[in-house]
Amino acid sequence: MKSTRREFLATAGAGAAAMLTGCKKPRPRFSGSILGPALAAGHRMRDGSFPPPTETIEAGVAIVGGGIAGLAAAHQLDKKGARDFLLLELERDPGGNAACGRNAVSAYPWGAHYVPLPNDEATEVLALFEELGITRGRDANGAPIYHEEYLCADPMERLFDAGRWQEGLLPQLGIGPDDRRQYERFFAEMETFRQTLGADGRHAFAIPLDESSRDEALLALDQATMAAWMTKRGFTSKPLRWHVDYCCRDDYGAGMENISAWAGVHYFAARRGRAANADHDAVVTWPEGNGWLARRLAEPLGQRVRGGCVVFNLEQNNSGVAVDFFDLARQRSVRLRARGVVCAAPRFVAQRIVRGLAPVTGLEYSPWMVANVTLALLPAGRGAPLAWDNVVRGSASLGYVVATHQNLHPVPHETVLTHYWPLDASAPPEERQRALTRTHADWCDLIVADLARVHPGIDAHIRNLDVWLWGHGMVRPVPGFIWGETRQRMQPPHGAIVFAHSDMSGISIFEEAFTRGTRAADSLLALIS
Amino acid sequence: MTERGLRLLLLASVFTIATCGLIYELIAGTIASYLLGDSVLQFSTVIGVYLFAMGIGSWLSRYVEKNLLGVFIQVEFLIALFGGSAAAVLFGLFAHVSSFRVLLYAIVLLIGTLVGLEIPLLLRILKDRLQFKDLISKVFTFDYIGALLASLLFPLVLVPHFGLARSGFLFGILNGGVGLVALWALWDQVPRARLLRINGVAVLALLACGFVFSERIVSWSEAAAFGEDVIFSKSTPYQRITLTRHADDLRLYLNGNLQFSARDEYRYHEALVHPGLARLPHARRVLVLGGGDGLAVREILRYPHLESVTLVDLDPAMTRLFSTQEVLTRLNHSAFASSKVHVVNADAFTWLKDNREMFDFIVADFPDPSNFSIGKLYTTAFYQRARTALAQEGAMVIQCTSPFVAPKSFWCIDETLRACGLVTEPYHAYVPSFGEWGFILASPRALGGPWRLPPGLRFLEEKNVASLREFPPDMARVPTEVNRLNNQALVRYFEAEWARYTHQ
Repeated sequence: MKSTRREFLATAGAGAAAMLTGCKKPRPRFSGSILGPALAAGHRMRDGSFPPPTETIEAGVAIVGGGIAGLAAAHQLDKKGARDFLLLELERDPGGNAACGRNAVSAYPWGAHYVPLPNDEATEVLALFEELGITRGRDANGAPIYHEEYLCADPMERLFDAGRWQEGLLPQLGIGPDDRRQYERFFAEMETFRQTLGADGRHAFAIPLDESSRDEALLALDQATMAAWMTKRGFTSKPLRWHVDYCCRDDYGAGMENISAWAGVHYFAARRGRAANADHDAVVTWPEGNGWLARRLAEPLGQRVRGGCVVFNLEQNNSGVAVDFFDLARQRSVRLRARGVVCAAPRFVAQRIVRGLAPVTGLEYSPWMVANVTLALLPAGRGAPLAWDNVVRGSASLGYVVATHQNLHPVPHETVLTHYWPLDASAPPEERQRALTRTHADWCDLIVADLARVHPGIDAHIRNLDVWLWGHGMVRPVPGFIWGETRQRMQPPHGAIVFAHSDMSGISIFEEAFTRGTRAADSLLALIS
Repeated sequence: MTERGLRLLLLASVFTIATCGLIYELIAGTIASYLLGDSVLQFSTVIGVYLFAMGIGSWLSRYVEKNLLGVFIQVEFLIALFGGSAAAVLFGLFAHVSSFRVLLYAIVLLIGTLVGLEIPLLLRILKDRLQFKDLISKVFTFDYIGALLASLLFPLVLVPHFGLARSGFLFGILNGGVGLVALWALWDQVPRARLLRINGVAVLALLACGFVFSERIVSWSEAAAFGEDVIFSKSTPYQRITLTRHADDLRLYLNGNLQFSARDEYRYHEALVHPGLARLPHARRVLVLGGGDGLAVREILRYPHLESVTLVDLDPAMTRLFSTQEVLTRLNHSAFASSKVHVVNADAFTWLKDNREMFDFIVADFPDPSNFSIGKLYTTAFYQRARTALAQEGAMVIQCTSPFVAPKSFWCIDETLRACGLVTEPYHAYVPSFGEWGFILASPRALGGPWRLPPGLRFLEEKNVASLREFPPDMARVPTEVNRLNNQALVRYFEAEWARYTHQ
């Protein structure tokens, strides 16, 4: 990217200052560390080096994995009166991708941080929203009335492009008439998709995704990449392609060259959520992101959620399922006998621990780095004011989200920025390896360099910088995955083990995980009663 | 140097120090009337004390027996230091000392005494160099010419171009310069000349720094921007508070936006409080959100039947300023000293969330919705929270910017209140320093009732209240969106409407 005069001056000024002080600027070092997930325990599970169980406990149902799918299953069992269950989670706290943290300044997310307005067909999610007070009844048209403080406050998004911040994430500065025509045509096509019903009468693109039409003409989109589809449709505009690529990376951790056109279009054409008091593109969010939802789901479960438990063996037997786990706190293995299991772990884990489960191949997961940067200053910049989501065109990261944005206190003097970075420069295994070799200082350098492009001198205001590495952050909807054989093979239960995870949908979003967890609990109850 | 040259030099210094002496006096008098109000009294007492102190100085001069020259030069440096920095010190400490008067008169006494030493010492230094009649005639001639020059320079050149603090530093430098020149000319006759020179140079350096950096002490550019004299300016973590004084007017600005002018603020505050409270004879408990200047509370306290007034303002610096500074407590009738008034320094939104008390009347007197942070205090989310603190028979009043300049903004607030299920009663009043200004009364049930206005009002009376509710076509209702946290429609209207107005 061409550097602007302003950036040049800033750099030149900094250089001059360094020369004046007569010494090289010391490398910025901040307090903080590289956090979770519990990699060591996870890798130990892969190697299978746990002692045999020395203790046996019992429960009606075991839930393996405390991400949103597992918490949804527990929530549903509880609602159905099947209260005799135990949820085993590898991490200390449940939440999975909805993990969150907290410091003196703010709570902040470690992963998923918002939910768009759920579609009418996402009945489970809508029921949860009503239960948690996110919605309070409906208006005369049946549109849910949202709790205003949970709707993402305005201004929602801004983009740094051409030397200044602008509102929204679609580049608007310095674009030509052809770009604008392509914008219009692209969004018109997406709107058509949004309203299209397949030959089977279903919505072309739905959430939950399995409610989508099976119309062959639509499923054919799954065969090509989003990039190829864009080219075929004549969408050559650079700013438009940047925007679409950004959106794919944001939701799938991989750009449009890597994901299927069906998934790419789904991003733009599947949202038909309604609100009595917000636009259709509104989202709900909290300072701790979806950690708020995870906490609200986990709180009523009390002791029935056990963190620090590495499940390493799931075995069918005559009376049910034996769930062997290693209790990290007590350093011993325990066997949990259950009549049935909701396995809410990602598939690459499930197929290691479930005895006799035929492995599927071709699953790809996107690695991610998420950092939380505690700042003693609100970042500003020329142009549009600080928004919730702040994106920089041309950056390898996705920009940052302001954790204190939903804070109603008008003048926070400090804030926490959650910096998202999908590691998609090369193939996931390579990226995972590279990520693990980097030290905290290496990450600090990368993150500060990225932030300093738009906020020169920001390092002077950083109070703490924590880094979280997600080796297998989310399933990647590569061409052929969503409507191909692999995903189909992931669906059926294995004896009394029912599976629930967003990777079975091919896209990692709250609605998929929650719906799958809820439905898995229902089908398990039907199976074992 | 020749004897003649020396005489001329000493007489020139009489002229300079006379000018400086009067300038310090004028600065002190002006600051006193700015910061304490009542300019006739302040000028008169400052001049009196200053002249009296000069008398003390003259009397003290008899105790100087040896080394007249050395003492004179030292006195010049001291006057330069105290006189030159007086304005900046007074401005800087205004908000930090409990008794500003004591500080002011202490400084006036000190400077006056030192200035009083000058002429007697000079007379004695020159007495062997001139005949007595020449001596008296020349010294006093230059003294009075200097005074004339000072009295012309001060209002015509110094205050408009440099402001008070910088003028002080400038004349301090001249004063110190007299000392240094005298030292240079009489180097051989002054004992410990080197030490004196160090003193002099240090004082001059300090004053020069003060002159250069006095923008920070009292923002000179700010004074230029306001077109008024800035008498207090402070950046708190929440805002920049600026008080200005122009003739008999006192104005408060927050972040550069006018909050009130002492000349007509009663119109604003009477219109804010009474249309609601005068119709709530049963009201006992009142809540004021914002309004850290205590002026709305002053109006509220006109109702003796009220039991308590709770004021929630974000900025402790504001409420402290308006409860301690005499010029301000005179304006708000020491509202914060009333035993009925409880001041809470908290954010109104957060405070309302934890609040369990009910109020009969709520005043939302926030700054205009010029940014997203303040815009939150005008949303459905905020009004819904405020409503939970409002008694069923009570009412809430909101200051709503100008319905003339910003009709969409004004009616957007009305639309927002109605979206919360409140009955609204929009009205407006003319406040000269603001222009046509808007307010909205909102209540769970329509307010009826006769008006029982308290005595002593200067703007509202029963027969003119009906006209407040009439909106001529240029301020008539326009359709708008409802202002919500997730659209901040109001901030966008406000920005567009005021930008158009101010760019005309």
